[in-house]
Amino acid sequence: MNVEVTPLPGIGVRKEFVAGNGRRIGVVNHRDGTTDLIVSKSDDPDACLASLPLTADEAGALANLLGAPQLVAQLTEEQKDLPGISTRQLTIKAASPYDGRSLADTEIRTRTGVSVVAVMRAGQIHPSPTPDFVFTAGDLVVAVGTAEGLDAATKILHQG
Amino acid sequence: MDHTALALIELGGVFFLLGALGKVAQRVGMSPIPLYLVGGLFFGEGGVIELGDIGQFTHLASEIGVVLLLLLLGLEYSAAELVGGMKRSWLAGVVDIVANAAPGVVVALLLGWGPIGALVLAGVTYISSSGIIAKVLGDLGRLGNRETPVVLSILVFEDLAMAVYLPILTAVLGGVSLLGGLTAVGISLLVISVVLVIAIRYGRFVSAIVDSEDREVFLLRVFGAALLVAGLAQALQVSAAVGAFLLGIAISGSTAENATRLLEPLRDLFAAVFFVVFGLGTDPASIPPVLAWAVVLAVVTTLTKIGTGWWAARRSGVGRLGRARAGAALVARGEFSIVIAGLAVSAGAVEGELAALATTYVLLMAVLGPTAARVVEPVARRLQPRPATTGS
Repeated sequence: MNVEVTPLPGIGVRKEFVAGNGRRIGVVNHRDGTTDLIVSKSDDPDACLASLPLTADEAGALANLLGAPQLVAQLTEEQKDLPGISTRQLTIKAASPYDGRSLADTEIRTRTGVSVVAVMRAGQIHPSPTPDFVFTAGDLVVAVGTAEGLDAATKILHQG
Repeated sequence: MDHTALALIELGGVFFLLGALGKVAQRVGMSPIPLYLVGGLFFGEGGVIELGDIGQFTHLASEIGVVLLLLLLGLEYSAAELVGGMKRSWLAGVVDIVANAAPGVVVALLLGWGPIGALVLAGVTYISSSGIIAKVLGDLGRLGNRETPVVLSILVFEDLAMAVYLPILTAVLGGVSLLGGLTAVGISLLVISVVLVIAIRYGRFVSAIVDSEDREVFLLRVFGAALLVAGLAQALQVSAAVGAFLLGIAISGSTAENATRLLEPLRDLFAAVFFVVFGLGTDPASIPPVLAWAVVLAVVTTLTKIGTGWWAARRSGVGRLGRARAGAALVARGEFSIVIAGLAVSAGAVEGELAALATTYVLLMAVLGPTAARVVEPVARRLQPRPATTGS
């Protein structure tokens, strides 16, 4: 993907690429740390259909939404020869008892046999988290296991 | 009532009224600068109420306002951005100078204000308001547009051109000879080059001198450094404003960001005083005679700015609508036109009519500019040759 980087003097930097349908998609990174999500118009490719200001948290959440399914799909593809094993993304919600607690505290592996293979946070992948990895609300947990095990793990992360 | 009490009451009244005017400007979504000027006209000589006791304070405060305006402008840019912007846009920058300074020169000569008046009015009509324009582009969600970097790099060029122009103007207003003027240009070009090199190579040392963990210490250091540099620059005849601008460029990175955040409220306060003081010095009765000329200048320089933006955007491969947007975005004039006219007026080297013309012109352009930027898209769509039914 060819990402074009344009300096905007006095404002920040624009980073964008041209998608398959001809639209420019990208972000404007402001000096003060805020980010605008930009999507160009189809009838006037120089202009923007939308220029949405996002806080750092919002940008991170959006990056998770875009990145996690791809990671899950990739892992699923790698394990398709192992019947009975599936990959799923589980969320740590704000109400979760494990918001602010470590992976070891969940005892997921002991209780359900499910393995946590990665955590997506603010668009960043944290692969193979160690037992002392501390969750925060908004994390996407990518887990591998049996269907029943994953159901149980989902319940644990939501309700304890 | 004793002197202090009267001065405090007058000053309080002025600021309170400016607050009310600012609120009105915010409501209608326009720049507060024209309303501050109107406020100045209202209080000043020949206005409705005459202020007497706060002259000393407002005089110094308005000088500080100019220093802060330019310091914060410099803080916005890093030296690398300035050099990069200049390399990209120098040709557009030259077209911009020729197309937009010429109307000012012609009108000044027609009015018989001589070469000094022509130099001043050239600056007034040339320089766009980067403050108004950056805000309008952000408000209209155009930062992601393809023509926006073109607009911004023209503004960068203009701001650098100011750093050369202001020392020349200061020297000429000071009544120096041709040789003296050339020396001033030489000194300022040299100083600007040296500052850019220092800022690119050793910017963090300059930042380290003013930087501090403590907010209060930081504020005092930055503000002190700005006034010191501005004063020294003035003493060297390079103009206080340019000194502050160059200091702003040399301060970079997170120090620049923090300084901007701290100084913004101070800038708004002192700059408001500056606009009011400029308005104070203008007799409202002197406006009607120059009104026609101001309108002529407004119309002509609106067209020349649109032409400049159109041309520059076309060179960057932007489509017709984008070219129209780039042109209209550049129309606004504001704070720096007043800074230039203010320098000339305080030096006493030009006719009082020039102040009246500059005031009226900026009043028109500060309102016209953002309006043009807003309405250009529907207008350009209507004027487009092909039917606009392509859908999205």
